[in-house]
Amino acid sequence: MPVKLHVDDISLSFGGIKALSQVNFQVEAGAIFSVIGPNGAGKTSLINSINGFYRPQSGRILFEGADISQLPPYRRAALGISRTFQNIALYTNATVLDNLMAARHIHMKSGMLAGALFWGAAQREEIAHRRRVEELIDFLELEPLRKSIVGTLSYGLRKRVELGRALALEPTLLLLDEPMAGMNVEEKEDMARYILDIHEQQGTTILLIEHDIGLVMDISQRIAVIDFGELIGVGTPAEISGNQAVISAYLGEGSA
Amino acid sequence: MANIKPAGVFDTTYEDDMAIDRTRRDKFWKNLAFCALLLVPLLSASGPLGLGLLGDQYIGLIARIAIYVIAVQGLNLLVGYTGQISLGHAAFMGVGAYGSAILARELGFSFWLALPTSALLTGMLGLLFGLPSLRVKGFYLAMATLAAQFIIPWALEYPLAGWTGGTRPLSLPAPMIGPFTPYARDSVSPETPLDFTAGAAFIVDVIAVELTAGAVDSARIDILQPGGAPLPYGDVNMTVTRDAAGNVIALRYIASKAGAYRVQLAGAAEARAEVRRGKALSFATDTAMYYLIVPLAVLLMFLARNLIRTRTGRAFISVRDNDLAAELLGVNVFATKLRAFFLSAVYAGIAGCLLAFERNSISLQMFQLDLSIEMLAMLIIGGAGYPLGALFGVTFIRLLQEAAIPALRPWLSDWLPQLFPFIDAVNITSAINPILFGGALIVFLILEPRGIAHRWELLKAAWKLRPYAY
Repeated sequence: MPVKLHVDDISLSFGGIKALSQVNFQVEAGAIFSVIGPNGAGKTSLINSINGFYRPQSGRILFEGADISQLPPYRRAALGISRTFQNIALYTNATVLDNLMAARHIHMKSGMLAGALFWGAAQREEIAHRRRVEELIDFLELEPLRKSIVGTLSYGLRKRVELGRALALEPTLLLLDEPMAGMNVEEKEDMARYILDIHEQQGTTILLIEHDIGLVMDISQRIAVIDFGELIGVGTPAEISGNQAVISAYLGEGSA
Repeated sequence: MANIKPAGVFDTTYEDDMAIDRTRRDKFWKNLAFCALLLVPLLSASGPLGLGLLGDQYIGLIARIAIYVIAVQGLNLLVGYTGQISLGHAAFMGVGAYGSAILARELGFSFWLALPTSALLTGMLGLLFGLPSLRVKGFYLAMATLAAQFIIPWALEYPLAGWTGGTRPLSLPAPMIGPFTPYARDSVSPETPLDFTAGAAFIVDVIAVELTAGAVDSARIDILQPGGAPLPYGDVNMTVTRDAAGNVIALRYIASKAGAYRVQLAGAAEARAEVRRGKALSFATDTAMYYLIVPLAVLLMFLARNLIRTRTGRAFISVRDNDLAAELLGVNVFATKLRAFFLSAVYAGIAGCLLAFERNSISLQMFQLDLSIEMLAMLIIGGAGYPLGALFGVTFIRLLQEAAIPALRPWLSDWLPQLFPFIDAVNITSAINPILFGGALIVFLILEPRGIAHRWELLKAAWKLRPYAY
């Protein structure tokens, strides 16, 4: 399995606070790779570093073997890195359809003038991409909500729309930041099913941050555990559940 | 509120689903409204039919509304769709106005060339003043764009005074289409002047006079306008050619008023000049300007409408709603903001240029901070981030200021001083305009902060869904 993402020894600090210190792991292409850890451990900082919102002070991010540490976030997205957010970050005043279409930005070409005239090529492009987005709407069962304003949707639906938006970018690496936070069991199961389907049908590499340990153990091939900005264990679910450092981080010193 | 269809009408293709006019009836009404707009000048007294059903001042009023609709739509693209704030929009209009005036006066650009050139120039300047948006947002960006509102009028007033005339008004010729077609060729000498009658509607008479013989140095060409007074060489409709010594050797004049003209030559007896007279299509009248401005405004609204439902527009909206998510999902946020600043300034530049040519005369007073704020208020009242927000806002405020307030003024200036006897009546009368303007703004901010356009969308939806509620 080729390496999709290599987080190479990155350290990130905000003033005196060390958010990440020398985190180093590799994600194989086509894997579901989960990152777990207590609140404030630095999981979201890790994702933010991968897609360029934060710039780690040291270390490199390698994507498909190429160093992307210096690229601005939008260029990293153009390489095929997409994500969802822990606190939903949708375009709230736009429709579901427009949210998904907006994520097709990197795949579309028409400029200002072509768009303003909405003639020939621009219109054909619009329709072609609409077709792709409609497939996603089908997949995520959002058909009745196509033209609803995102701000009016319920929390669970918004999470689903956000997943759709991340997928509309046609990523090869998908970063999911707590996609199931605040959901009930049924919604969680739905979301897990979508994630597995994406993984299976499109072979997308998925980096998942999640607190529900049971679910993480079920669906991931490999798991990384972070505590206080340090990587305290990487391995298969079985290895992680037997890892002493992980157990003490979660349950406290001297447990088990 | 999504763009919905009446119950029972279904789309079968994505083309249909994307269309702005969702049904044939929509399209019909829209075309009808456009035709009606084009027919309005025919109702006025000075129109081709001379019906006199509508006061002449309304033609100018609608044309000015159209000009401000263009400007405010530019602001809408920036403020309503991209979520950036600009307090320098009036200054950009000023750049368009002064830019086109200077191009026309100093470089002899025709209106048709001055319009795109000054619009692009304004766009570039908008780009420059959009640069702070890389680092600052919201309130701080408002302050940064406020700089434009002070720097630009200052630059026009002092460093560029040689071109702009400083605080004095600057005059411009009326736009004209193409070269004129000569139909008469005469020769004038000091003893034999040339008399002719000009008509002035769309087709105007153009006179080109060229000295051909005789003591050129001592000859002087005069055009006497109806009434007998000679036209000054600096008249807006006159283009003068001088030789190296600064003597006038040729001139061209567009007869902007109907009536009897005389071309005469003064100086040495042997001086001769050739006069060619012709017809040209001109926009010197209010009605003609109306036909220039209104279709252009409709076109620019149409272009903006298309823009915001395609790639660039969605990028604008992404940046407005969540710039962080936009950046992480592949939108170059800074470039997108700059595009919005550029476009917004281009719209302002076009509006400024049109205003300059419509008024024939511009001054710095027209492009001050109060106009920037007024345009923002128009946008808020009309509905920021709605395709028709600019149209509703400008129409509402302009009608309030130019039709409703003058009608209410006698009654208000009677009644208000009784209500506030402790304030000098003169102060109250002069404050009626800002009071009503401010009052309208406050009422909208409280009752409908999303603007008239939002109400309009609700109304449209309700109409299409009738008799059901949803």
